Amino acid sequence: MAKYALSINGKTMSVEADADTPLLWVLRDNLNLVGTKFGCGVAQCGACTVHLNSEAMRSCVLPVSAVGKSKIVTIEGLSETGNHPLQKAWEELDVSQCGYCQAGQIMAASALLKSTPDPTDEQIDETITNICRCGTQVRIRKAIHLAAKQLNSK
Amino acid sequence: MKSINSRRNFLKVSAISGGGLLLSMVLPGFEANAASNVAPNATADYMPNIYIKIQADGTIILLAPNPEIGQGVKTSLPIIVAEELGVDWKKIKVELAPLDNRYGRQAAGGSGSVRGRFAELRKMGAAAREMFVNAAAQTWNVPAADCTTEDGTVIHKSSGKKLSYGELTAKAATMEVPANPTLKDPKDFKYIGTRINDVDAHNITTGKPLFGIDTRREGMLFAMVARPPAYGKTLGNVDETATRKVNGVKDVVKLKNSVAVLATNTWAAKKGREALKIQWNASEKLENSVDHFAGFKEILEKGPSTAGRNDGDIDVAKQNATKILDVYYEVPTLSHGQMEPLNFFADVRDGKAELFGPTQVPDGVRNDVAEKLGIPKENITVGTPRQGGGFGRKLMTDNGVEAALISAAAKSPVQVQWTREDDMQNDFYRPAEMYRYRAALSATDLLAWHQSAVGIGRGIRGDSYVAGAMANYRSDSQGFTSNTPTGWWRAPGACTMAYVAESFFDEVCVELKKDPVAFRLDFFQKAKDAPVGRVGYDPAKYKAVVELVAKMSNWGTTPAGVYRGFATWFSFGSYAAQVVEVKLENGKPRVTKVYCAVHCGRVINLSGAENQIQGAIVDGINHAMFPKVTFVDGAVEETNFHLYKFLRMKDAPLDIEVQFVESDEAPTGLGEPALPPVAAAVANAIHAATGKRLRKLPFNLG
Repeated sequence: MAKYALSINGKTMSVEADADTPLLWVLRDNLNLVGTKFGCGVAQCGACTVHLNSEAMRSCVLPVSAVGKSKIVTIEGLSETGNHPLQKAWEELDVSQCGYCQAGQIMAASALLKSTPDPTDEQIDETITNICRCGTQVRIRKAIHLAAKQLNSK
Repeated sequence: MKSINSRRNFLKVSAISGGGLLLSMVLPGFEANAASNVAPNATADYMPNIYIKIQADGTIILLAPNPEIGQGVKTSLPIIVAEELGVDWKKIKVELAPLDNRYGRQAAGGSGSVRGRFAELRKMGAAAREMFVNAAAQTWNVPAADCTTEDGTVIHKSSGKKLSYGELTAKAATMEVPANPTLKDPKDFKYIGTRINDVDAHNITTGKPLFGIDTRREGMLFAMVARPPAYGKTLGNVDETATRKVNGVKDVVKLKNSVAVLATNTWAAKKGREALKIQWNASEKLENSVDHFAGFKEILEKGPSTAGRNDGDIDVAKQNATKILDVYYEVPTLSHGQMEPLNFFADVRDGKAELFGPTQVPDGVRNDVAEKLGIPKENITVGTPRQGGGFGRKLMTDNGVEAALISAAAKSPVQVQWTREDDMQNDFYRPAEMYRYRAALSATDLLAWHQSAVGIGRGIRGDSYVAGAMANYRSDSQGFTSNTPTGWWRAPGACTMAYVAESFFDEVCVELKKDPVAFRLDFFQKAKDAPVGRVGYDPAKYKAVVELVAKMSNWGTTPAGVYRGFATWFSFGSYAAQVVEVKLENGKPRVTKVYCAVHCGRVINLSGAENQIQGAIVDGINHAMFPKVTFVDGAVEETNFHLYKFLRMKDAPLDIEVQFVESDEAPTGLGEPALPPVAAAVANAIHAATGKRLRKLPFNLG
């Protein structure tokens, strides 16, 4: 066990964990930030997506010891009140079915919009590789375009 | 269950703990629950019936009786109550109801929640509304007929006086429960048939703890379980020395055929499990998928002795044929792959059990825990959170029962967490199947149709809609014994048979140079005008969806560079017809657009209904193109999503257009019916694009 001071959602949080513990389980089990989901454990499904220095990162394969001073943002810290344009677009278009993968989808999409404010369908295809068994991809795509429109009209 | 309308006295007032009121359906065997009218005390919630709770501050809570697995019933079922109750949807709250026999069938399966409860929930909402109206009328000393309701308030029409439902609870509790409340005229529906967002939408997008995996309780340990690595293997010697030394590991318990490691966090439980030294003994045959398919082929080549359905004489028809089609189709074993890996919380102590976790059958979990642990059912509670998908996996109770056994053995509250690898190796799979389809053709017509099927387990039953419209039709089916377990996978039976039957129908159309839409309409006309034997569907509804989707897609006017496929299927009470558009990108087909017409009776929530259909179509494209499970010596080769392939955004259509046939009939199923035709419609479109007939799932597009 070692102690780590992590920067999560703008706050410094201290945890004690084995060095090889994936960030996912530190978030969920040590810090009770359970919005980040476990889906596969092998960086395939994206349910565990968080931001690491503003980039989308699959937290299930990132050991806590490798986080260092990187700034982590989870779904709980994406916006103050759940009013990020993507969260609003997700609600407006009623994207979710079971909802389990959607936090990861939103985190992946929000990282995309930071680097690419108005993504094309091709850019969405290339970047959003998260799995959704319910099949909400059509609405996810529309919600990303809707949020981009709102962000760019500001 | 008996028809509600057949029992005049179906609504009775009964007491609930806390002093409120309960208006419940009296189901056979549960009459004992009905009791005399008891007024609520000042602080208790008032429940005019088991679906409606009004808190002391006037907050109205509607209870959704069936598990929410992503099919939207936590939203759609309360909409029905809210409509008749006459409340403001934006102001009410929704909770999942506890497991309670008074709710009847509290399961998620067979696309049955809305169709099973529509009439009952309308009546419950309307009865409660009438009680509030009567309470207000008595308070004002005016005739009830002079009162109306709006947004949870009773209004005296002439004077404009108002009383909210919250203000009327004490009085309403003294009202007689109307046996036959007046239902709204559907033309006055305010919510039913409109677009209403999922009640948990905000909690989902902000990452609130909603799911089983998010359960946290005082003193709870996290557990992982080492289960046999292959079907046919059983637990032998266990050396747990190294596991006990893993940081955070608290306990190791052996079950009959598995070993559980309990720890202070999930990662420690996983590391502890990896440190176990277990000898697994091969006690049965270790099976291979390749042998399953070889066995299927042998059986189909031989042919079975008895037919499931046999109309006319296919052999005579064959003699008159100018061409015989004789082809084999195969579908793989599939895992469920619901996004939330299985888990369950259990706290078993002092002869009682508390269970909380993802299941489509909470009552089944309670029954099986009672049996396995010898605890009376009344000492067991089973709660369900929102669930990260179901798709049939959670119709099995193994995850709940296992958690209860571990909690009992370890004497600790426990959250058992499965890894994806655990889910893949310990599923109740969609069975692998093989079909042999034969058709006798003349130069211009289809003379006979012969469907033969074999699959792991009990085999496949069912027929295409050509049965009932064909003079010469035969279907036969056989099971195949295997120690690999099978279960229900979204639209069981239909999801594979529709792929095969509708692909084969397209083969027939190509041979006969018939238009796939027009030729199908001929069949529905025949089924209507000159039915042969039993017709297991309504030809008029089939015709309606086929005509609607043809209109939506401008069938017959395919744009340049676009290739189209068509398929239709009836399942779970509903009809779906689809036109799939494919484009070739670098020689590879991509589904770019799908049109879908559905007849599902009355639509409750337009947004949710459309979402189910869009999702089922994407799920259908997925199973057509990507996943398969391969058994090698009893072990699943596709251990996780790097090998068990899934559709990604780049493979999903850009648009899915959905329309419903307008209907005043009661709602029919919606969680499953749009899935079955998809794979065939895609296969038929790819055939149009490439000339390649895809007779095996997942498609080989290499």
